[in-house]
Amino acid sequence: MDYQMTDEQRIIIDMVRKFVREEIVPLEDKLDPDAGEIDPEDHARLVEMTKNMGLYGLGIPPEFGGPEIDVTTMTLMAFEMAQHRAGLYNPCYSVFGGAGLAQLYEATDAQKEKYLYPVLRGEKGAFFGLTEPSGGSDPARAIQTRAVKDGSDWVLNGAKIFISGADRADFGILFARTDAEKGRGGITCFLIDTDMPGFNVRRVVHTLRSARYATEISIEDLRVPEENVLGEVNKGFAIANDRLSRQRIPYAAGCVGVAMKAQEMAIEYCKIRETFGAPLATRQSIQWMIVDNEIDIRTARHICLEAAQKADRGESFRTEAAMAKLLGSEAGGRVVDRAMQIHGGYGMTKDLPLERWYREMRIRRIGEGPSEVQRLVMARDLIGGSFH
Amino acid sequence: MSIRLDKPFQELTPENIDKLQAQLGVYQIAEPDGTISYIGYAGGRSLFGLNGDLKKELENRNGQPALFRHEVNMQYMSRHEELLMLHVADFGELPERNRRERNHKLGRLRPAG
Repeated sequence: MDYQMTDEQRIIIDMVRKFVREEIVPLEDKLDPDAGEIDPEDHARLVEMTKNMGLYGLGIPPEFGGPEIDVTTMTLMAFEMAQHRAGLYNPCYSVFGGAGLAQLYEATDAQKEKYLYPVLRGEKGAFFGLTEPSGGSDPARAIQTRAVKDGSDWVLNGAKIFISGADRADFGILFARTDAEKGRGGITCFLIDTDMPGFNVRRVVHTLRSARYATEISIEDLRVPEENVLGEVNKGFAIANDRLSRQRIPYAAGCVGVAMKAQEMAIEYCKIRETFGAPLATRQSIQWMIVDNEIDIRTARHICLEAAQKADRGESFRTEAAMAKLLGSEAGGRVVDRAMQIHGGYGMTKDLPLERWYREMRIRRIGEGPSEVQRLVMARDLIGGSFH
Repeated sequence: MSIRLDKPFQELTPENIDKLQAQLGVYQIAEPDGTISYIGYAGGRSLFGLNGDLKKELENRNGQPALFRHEVNMQYMSRHEELLMLHVADFGELPERNRRERNHKLGRLRPAG
């Protein structure tokens, strides 16, 4: 059964759709096809618009000044916000603001003053440092960055990889092992200022995604005061895990949004492009691709909304979020691939956004936990137990 | 593998530019003494890629001699950012023309070695 939007949701979605089509897409016509940023003046102007719409700071709890928008409405918005060239990794160029790092809402008052509030005011940027060269899917075992207590400080040594935004960030949330014997019970979360001696961004990691690159970080005798521990010592894994679960629904919704736009383009194109004297739309091979696209989109959209609704009801949504992430990223990839096929040669060019979506969508099957890990999460919930 | 663009400079002449195809990538323009004055990229909107963009650079020099080196690279956006960050890491500031044109925040890179 299709999800029925409330009147309020419909008004918001119409507003966001109009905003994307009238404000964002025209700006992209002047940018490089791989651009990841808009002009700062345009950004400031559009932020004012989203503030006037009452939609700035999505995901920020009302007590911290954000609009009170539920997960389901945010998911519906995410479908729309992704429907432009840079939409998969930078929906609407972040002019709707964001929650920042949700883990900071649980920080101490002093930490909130130093880190959370400046982020919410747009004065500081942050990164999330979890993945290491030894792996990212199994942080409980893969984290080899060590933190050793020395007086009232912790001294960290190690490396992180595939970290987005570390080169521009003012601080980061960084995970390190504080007890080698305890597996997931031996990880602690630290707040790191990027100007601390011993913190260095060593290189850009070039990937299929050219606009928003990842970085590799080295941590050498990085001295962090005790008050920069986020949460409790040896309880950092729960913070990492919580973030990974929360992130899956909007991550999936972005894939679905791009797939919806690719499908719209494919339908429009197949009606006007003629081959052998008739529009592509009359060819059964094309019709089947369009139908398969629609099945993929509706299935992924449905499970995204199911996960969001469970989250809004306060129920466990881990299985649904994992399913949404798996379906959204895999279905999104198939839809963009078919849309390229329908567009023929033009689909491969940088004239259209399909080429960029095709590259970036491939990363989505790996980022934020690969499909195989999502299946593992679901299997644990369905069958029970912890698999090795 | 060096992350710097360290192949030898060539003179910015029509003959040398004509050897380039219309591929996408990054390039550096330097003064005759080797001082890098600009780091650019030939992106998806460039007409004739590196070949076209370097011809424009040559025209803009109005007969002033210059050097260039390039790298064909489909990841031209992230490579361009990397080269800018490396330049700041090595010389303390952006090349003169990039300083004037840049209006986005640049990351900080501290490469080992």
